Amino acid sequence: MSRKSVSVSIKEIDSDLARFRDLNITIGAITRERWDEPMGPSPFPSLTTLRPWDRLLLSRYKPFYMPFCDLCCLCTYGKCDLTGTKKGACGISMPAQQSRVVLLSACIGAATHTSHAREILTHTIDTFGRDCPVNPGGTAVEVEAPITRLVCGIKPETLGDLEPVLDYCENQLTQLLAVTHTGQEGNSLDFESKVFHTGMIDHLGMEVADLAQVSALGFPKAEPEAPLADLGLGTIDAKKPVILVIGHNVPPAAAIIDYLREHDNAGDVEVTGICCTSLDLTRYAPKAKIVGPISWQLRYIRSGVPDVIVVDEQCIRTDTLTEAEKIHAPLIATSEKNCLGLPDMTHEPADAIVAAFVHGDVTGALILDPEKVGEVASRVALALHPKRKKHGSMPTKHKIAEMAKKCTLCMQCRRACPNDLPVAQAVKLAASENLSGLDELYDDCLGCGRCESACKQKLPIHSLIVSAAEKQTRDETYCLRTGRGAIQDIEIRKVGGPIVLGEIPGIVAFVGCANYPKGSREVADMVTEFAKRRYIVCTSGCAAMSAGMSRNEEGKTVYEQFSGAFEAGGVVNVGSCVSNAHISGAAIKIASIFAKRPLRGNYEEIADYVYNRVGAVGVAWGAMSQKAASIAAGFWRLGIPVVVGPHGTKYRRMLLGRADRGDDWMVYDARSGESVYGGPVPEHLFIAAETKEEAMVLIAKLAMRPNDTSKGRANKLANYIDLHKRYVGGIPGDVYRLVRTPADIPLTLKDEVDAHLAEHDWKESSIPDPTLLSRMVHAKKVA
Amino acid sequence: MPMTDAWQTAEIPGPKKASLILKPDIADALISRAKRPIMIVGHGIVEYEVDGKPMIECLIALARKAVIPVVVSASTNREFLSREFEPAAIMSAVEISSRLTDPEWKGLDGKEPYDLAIFVGLPYSMEWTILSGLKHFAPNVKTMTFDCVYQPNASWSFPNSTIKDWAANLKGIVENLED
Repeated sequence: MSRKSVSVSIKEIDSDLARFRDLNITIGAITRERWDEPMGPSPFPSLTTLRPWDRLLLSRYKPFYMPFCDLCCLCTYGKCDLTGTKKGACGISMPAQQSRVVLLSACIGAATHTSHAREILTHTIDTFGRDCPVNPGGTAVEVEAPITRLVCGIKPETLGDLEPVLDYCENQLTQLLAVTHTGQEGNSLDFESKVFHTGMIDHLGMEVADLAQVSALGFPKAEPEAPLADLGLGTIDAKKPVILVIGHNVPPAAAIIDYLREHDNAGDVEVTGICCTSLDLTRYAPKAKIVGPISWQLRYIRSGVPDVIVVDEQCIRTDTLTEAEKIHAPLIATSEKNCLGLPDMTHEPADAIVAAFVHGDVTGALILDPEKVGEVASRVALALHPKRKKHGSMPTKHKIAEMAKKCTLCMQCRRACPNDLPVAQAVKLAASENLSGLDELYDDCLGCGRCESACKQKLPIHSLIVSAAEKQTRDETYCLRTGRGAIQDIEIRKVGGPIVLGEIPGIVAFVGCANYPKGSREVADMVTEFAKRRYIVCTSGCAAMSAGMSRNEEGKTVYEQFSGAFEAGGVVNVGSCVSNAHISGAAIKIASIFAKRPLRGNYEEIADYVYNRVGAVGVAWGAMSQKAASIAAGFWRLGIPVVVGPHGTKYRRMLLGRADRGDDWMVYDARSGESVYGGPVPEHLFIAAETKEEAMVLIAKLAMRPNDTSKGRANKLANYIDLHKRYVGGIPGDVYRLVRTPADIPLTLKDEVDAHLAEHDWKESSIPDPTLLSRMVHAKKVA
Repeated sequence: MPMTDAWQTAEIPGPKKASLILKPDIADALISRAKRPIMIVGHGIVEYEVDGKPMIECLIALARKAVIPVVVSASTNREFLSREFEPAAIMSAVEISSRLTDPEWKGLDGKEPYDLAIFVGLPYSMEWTILSGLKHFAPNVKTMTFDCVYQPNASWSFPNSTIKDWAANLKGIVENLED
């Protein structure tokens, strides 16, 4: 389908009737149907179409609310105290208020991805035309848009075909946001259902964004061995002019590459990036360099290495202009969503803008034209580089000690630190020229700068930490496999059976931001653990960078140790935030390509399949943003559990199952129609872990599904038990709930498991052909 | 700093805030009065010492004397096992806390619901949010924290204390129970 298939453009026409000049006529909404799969029951679902499915999930996974605030302050009735059973002036209860805030958060996240998708789609259509084919992987990817097919029931062939998909996303998000108005929804579970709906819309928007940029901008197209890109502060040649791009929307950054290439300066300038723009930039130009995740913003800018800073949208520090001014680096803002108070110079001649920057007449400018950004940023970097002399704002080591002497140990820095790091003690130690304490903080520091804001002596504490850790920053020379985008259909065919039968123990996706409790290395450790155990490991966004920021004994990153194929033991970097759609898309494609379940507008059946059979788990170890919330919600609706780090409790609620309540785990056996016990798998839908060790054990457990064959369950149990023995100690206390038949018991652990089962009065149960949907029962009888 | 400021400056609580445990007797009275106490221990305890001994030993002594079942999060289990103390369960902190909000849940042993939950050693903000959940949704469970910083969402909390004062308090709680 194409929204605007017929366009007529007339430059000038004279007739008896009238004289027309520059006349454009567009006829919208012409259906061009080339997909013979019958339409399923839920194309373009409304807010309530999938409510019954959501209710099924929510009846198992009850929300555990942890209010971040006891009050509601969203309207002028308030503030209202909602403590315990108190109600607000509008009648709202605390559970409803918490789920309302969760919905708001998810709406912000989904709106951000959808808006990003709209920008990318508009840009690519303007540049390459509405008829530019959707092509995420040539003939290797025939199911080109699994989420779009599933949710909307359309098969997009061109960029123009993606427009109605975004129209739908925008329509739904408007309605979802309206739900949060005072005096609308009042039931927490209905709010939660709408959170799930928002998540589904979010994944749809992300799919459109990545499809458009992969199709039009020449990114790797489902390539398992996409090129490796440099990653880390130590990889950057500071002797050259350096441009830093930050954010998520790649066209301005890509235009910098284009300009440099066209003017034979590609080797003369370092184009470096932070956050997802850098991930997408390396998909466009693998020689671009990734500095690190979002937490690297302050430390890199203050180093003085960037000569020009270009920001687009999302997750950019809002004080970037101030920081840029400190190092005398011009700042170019490129998004209407992030103007930073700068003068709009979009329509000024490039020569004039360059001159204004070089002469220091302006410190920043808003330029809403990617091509002009490319030219201005490149020319300014080349012109300013010799003058700036990499003017940084980091103190020298001697200066650190001098500054540290002002510390009064008031502890305000530590009390402001999200990770409760011993900042004050480290600063005090530095006063005696011992920088080891500050150096040790570097790895665990989130780079938020709250310590500085809190310091009564106005010490630049973050700079002290980074300066003390100079050797560590120099040694940051890693690499990352550039985002490959979609998973090939043939890869799905190869692994579909082993995944559904449980022989590949699971798919683990490390996604999201860098709000880690103990630094990036924990992500690398977890990725390595599960890849070695032959899980399929996916990465995206800042987590993909963190995964690469560690080396093994042989000096290799995970991207050099493991293949990039979607296979057992592969480490598959799909790309940026919006590339997360390929991970949920892969789960959907297993149902569609491997199991041949009808995809078109058939959400409930596919989600039921994924939930009961595809052992996928999302891990957002440093989840921080609202986008991370909406990404998680999209996985929940597909029945894919998500584990977050300890900061994840600030999302205000968990979705937890109760393994001890047998009635919660009944499924239909599709063969007989009987309601049978399917076991507490996956046990939770959203859970925060306190440590990486706890997370790893949880991940292994949450990869189990009722459909696992005995061979598959034995494999999953072997991993679960082994991880538990290694990181927790002893055999897990709930193995008896996860063993259904003697054949489920891992052979190497038979004696221990037999003894455990005997202790728990274990009884054998059957392995169902599981479904939560009575309509999926093959037999006529439904218990 | 004021004793009842949240340790993390921005974690502004309220209106309902924890009462202070200013001396060991208060904690002892709460523990003695409780019919069914439970203790939830996070990995942070391994960082602290009381009188030159790991804090975990103080907690084990407390659990033994007051007969309090201990639930540990994953990483902490080994610390208990190596001291020949078997925790009652290994569960994530959010999971055990969620169970405590269920008035029909009869505890790990299936006998009757808990009425006092003692928390210690979780990351500050994680404990803050979990205790908020219990404050709102577990009206029959009093909560108490044994950390050295003020946790406003508990029913009872130590004030922000020096490690020395805090250690003395914990030691006092255990000794009083002996008496």
